Amino acid sequence: MAQLSQTAEAQPKAASDDHGGQQHPIRLYLLVWGLLFLLSAASYFVDYAGLQGLLRWSLILIFMALKAGLIIAVFMHMAWERLALSYAVLLPPLVLIGLLAILLIESDYTAATRLVEFGTR
Amino acid sequence: MEHQFQGQEQTLQRQGHSGFAADWSSDQRVFKRVSWGKAMMWVLLLSDTFVFACFLVAYMTARSSTTAEWPNTSEVFALHIGHQNFPLLLIAIMTFVLISSSGTMAMAVNSAYRKARAPTALLMLATAALGAAFVGMQAFEWTKLISEGVRPWENPWGAEQFGASFFMITGFHGTHVTIGVIFLVIMARKVWRGDFDGIGRSWLSQGNGDYEGVEIMGLYWHFVDLVWVFIFAFFYLW
Repeated sequence: MAQLSQTAEAQPKAASDDHGGQQHPIRLYLLVWGLLFLLSAASYFVDYAGLQGLLRWSLILIFMALKAGLIIAVFMHMAWERLALSYAVLLPPLVLIGLLAILLIESDYTAATRLVEFGTR
Repeated sequence: MEHQFQGQEQTLQRQGHSGFAADWSSDQRVFKRVSWGKAMMWVLLLSDTFVFACFLVAYMTARSSTTAEWPNTSEVFALHIGHQNFPLLLIAIMTFVLISSSGTMAMAVNSAYRKARAPTALLMLATAALGAAFVGMQAFEWTKLISEGVRPWENPWGAEQFGASFFMITGFHGTHVTIGVIFLVIMARKVWRGDFDGIGRSWLSQGNGDYEGVEIMGLYWHFVDLVWVFIFAFFYLW
């Protein structure tokens, strides 16, 4: 009986001290917060400055990817999770690139048939 | 009852890709040292990723297949202040508000793991307040566009699909933010009351000083911010 209560006491301690190792310094969070502000300001500037064409699109995508990466890696703690979880979450969305590619090809075709049919642009 | 992670120590010693292979082939639970609550939240977020991706890809398909001109979002979402026209100003403010809410949420998680109850609850309430401000600004944006004649089937500026895409994408995201705000308030109250330090579990809290529930709440909240990053890039800036 005494043994039982001892394990019952040891259990919560093990659970609460564990945190899955996700206790990180506030400085790091503040740094990422600041970086996200900078990147958002930069992507807003892309629109404000009226950049167009390839430069606009590439800058938007770069800032977007950096912001998403910082949020996932630091705020969502993915950088410290084991690869088993990271890959299970991060790899499946890659199939979306395929979906996007297929539908962009299809929408090009749709646009072409509309041009032929309605003849406006 | 044995320790819940018993039998995992050997595979846990392996790191990197060797650890990845060991975890998945160990004939045990795959996500070691990850509670079911956290694993299931990640599964929810993964499925939500696909939902939002479907909306965004549908929007891209509509936009690139229409022969009409797509409305210029820079002008549509501009704000008139004084005599000046600021392109996308409200959207930029909304972006900064949501990022700030992510910052306060991250600090709430940090406080929770230090078992500092008052700061955790207050930071979560600050997060909820910023989230509510975001939804408020979105409601303002919707009102403004609707009064200007934007409908899911038409708008004064160009391609008809613009309204449907806008209401669908921002509406679904706003719903997510709203749900997050509600749960943040509920969780903040439970943290404040000390449910997480109590004996035994209750709804949303494990008790016994296990504050992982706050981190899981944080995962959801950061995801909402993450989705906005993509909406901001693809819908507003593109």
